[in-house]
Amino acid sequence: MTSVNLQNLARRSVFLRAVRDFFYRHGFIEVETPVKIPAPAPEEYIESVRAEGDFLRTSPELAMKELVCAGAGKIFQIGSAFRAGEHGRRHREEFTILEYYAVGWNYRELAVFTAKMIASALAAAGRVPLIYRGEVLDPDWVEYITVDEAYRRYAGVSAFDADADGTFDELMVTRIEPRLGRHGLEFLIDYPASRASLARLSAADPRVAERWELYAAGMELGNAFGELTDPAEQRRRFEAALKLRAEQGMHPYPEPTSFLEALERGMPAVSGCALGVDRLVMLLCDAADIGEVRV
Amino acid sequence: MFSASDLKKGLKIEIDGAPWVITEFEFCKPGKGTALYRCRMKNMITGIGMEKTYRPTDKIDEANVEEVELDYSYFDGHQYIFSDPVTFEETAVNAETLGDKAYFLLENSTCTFLLYNGQPIDITLPTFIEKEIVETEPGARGNTATNVLKPAKLDNGFEIQVPLFINRGDIVKIDTRTGAYAERVSKAQG
Repeated sequence: MTSVNLQNLARRSVFLRAVRDFFYRHGFIEVETPVKIPAPAPEEYIESVRAEGDFLRTSPELAMKELVCAGAGKIFQIGSAFRAGEHGRRHREEFTILEYYAVGWNYRELAVFTAKMIASALAAAGRVPLIYRGEVLDPDWVEYITVDEAYRRYAGVSAFDADADGTFDELMVTRIEPRLGRHGLEFLIDYPASRASLARLSAADPRVAERWELYAAGMELGNAFGELTDPAEQRRRFEAALKLRAEQGMHPYPEPTSFLEALERGMPAVSGCALGVDRLVMLLCDAADIGEVRV
Repeated sequence: MFSASDLKKGLKIEIDGAPWVITEFEFCKPGKGTALYRCRMKNMITGIGMEKTYRPTDKIDEANVEEVELDYSYFDGHQYIFSDPVTFEETAVNAETLGDKAYFLLENSTCTFLLYNGQPIDITLPTFIEKEIVETEPGARGNTATNVLKPAKLDNGFEIQVPLFINRGDIVKIDTRTGAYAERVSKAQG
C-alpha cells in the first residue's frame, strides 16, 4: 500500500451505501458467492488468478446465475474479482465488481435501471453535476448508440467488417471509447454476434447479441447481457472459447459443470450486469488513477 | 526481444532499424476484448513522434542503445576526437553530429554519449562552460540590465548574445544546451 486517500474512501463509502439503498428499494437481495472457485467462466481474453488448484473468480457471474436457476428473482453482489495481468490507470488485478440480475427484465430495461441507479447514487454522494477531468458530466444525460453505428460514425467502418478483419478491439480502444459518454452516460449496445460472450442473440436481428457496455467520459464502466439461457448454445460457446484459449497457449480452464447443469435444469429469462465499482468511484472523486480510490 | 507486457515509459525499442523511446504508455483492455498496449514514442535520432498500439502476442526488438562517458581530446582537422577515460580508446565524431555544440567543447571535458549500435546519436556536454569574450562592442558602464543583448564573439569565432555590460576579456558562463549566456564569471583584467 503506497498511499491512502481517506477522503476518497469516505466518498466511496457514501456512494456504496447509496447503491445498496437503491437495490434494496427496488426489491433486490444482496448475495455473496465464493471468491475461490473450481472453474471460471471460459472467456477468450480474461485471465484468472490461480489459487491452489482453484481459481479466484474473474466475476461472480456463473455462481449468481446458478442462484437465478435456483429461483432467485432479483439479486445483487458487491465484492472483489481478479483478472491476472491487468495493470493500468483503469485496471487492477483485484478490483471491486457490482453485479446484479433481474429475472423478467430485458437488457434495455436493465440499462434504464442501471442509469437511474448510478445517477441516484452519485446524487446521494453529492456530486451532481459531475466534473471529471475538467469535463462536466450529467449523470441524468443518457444516450444509446449501437456498436455498428459507433464504428461507422467514429471509425468509418462497419463494426461487422472490423470484427471480421481483426481490428475491432484496436478501433474500440483508439477511436470508439474516447468518444463515448462525453456528456453523461452512454450505452454502447448490440454487439456483433461473434462477441456475444454469454448474451443471447437478438430475436429481431440475429447478427447482433443482446449485450451492452456502459461508458462515461470515455471510460468503460460495465457490461450487461440479455442472458443466454440455451444450455446447448452455451456449451458450444464455452467449447469454442476453451479451444481458442488452448490455441493461444493460455491456461486451460475446466468446464464449469455445476453452472452448465443448472442451465440444463432451466434458467428463466433474465438480464444481468457487472459494473466496475472502482471506476464509478473514480468518476465520483475526479480520480485519474484507480489507485486513488481503493486500498 | 521484449513482449508487449514489458512495454513501459522510458523503454528503448527498435522499429525498422531505428531506435525509439517510449514517452507515454497506457494499458488498455475492453472488458471482454484483448489487452492492448498504447504507446507514444519518439525517434531517438530524428526526434519525430508517433503512436503505436501493440497486442499481447507482439514481439518488440530491443534497441541496442547505451550511454557512455567520454572525454573530449582534440580536433584533428576533420573530426572531433573523444577518448574513454579508462581504456583511452578513441571515438571520432564528425562536425554534423555535434552541430553548434562543437563550439562549446573544452579540452578534457566529460561528455555523455548516447550510442546506437555503437554509433553516437546524441552527445550531451557539461551543462555550463566558461568562455572568454574576445570581441564585442564596449560595455555600457552601469547598465546592469540583462534583458537587452548584443552580439559577442568567443575565441573560436562563435557568436553569442550577451548583456550590454559585458566587455572584451570578460569570462562568461554559457548554457551548452541552448547556447545562451548565463552569467558573468569574471571581469577582464586591467
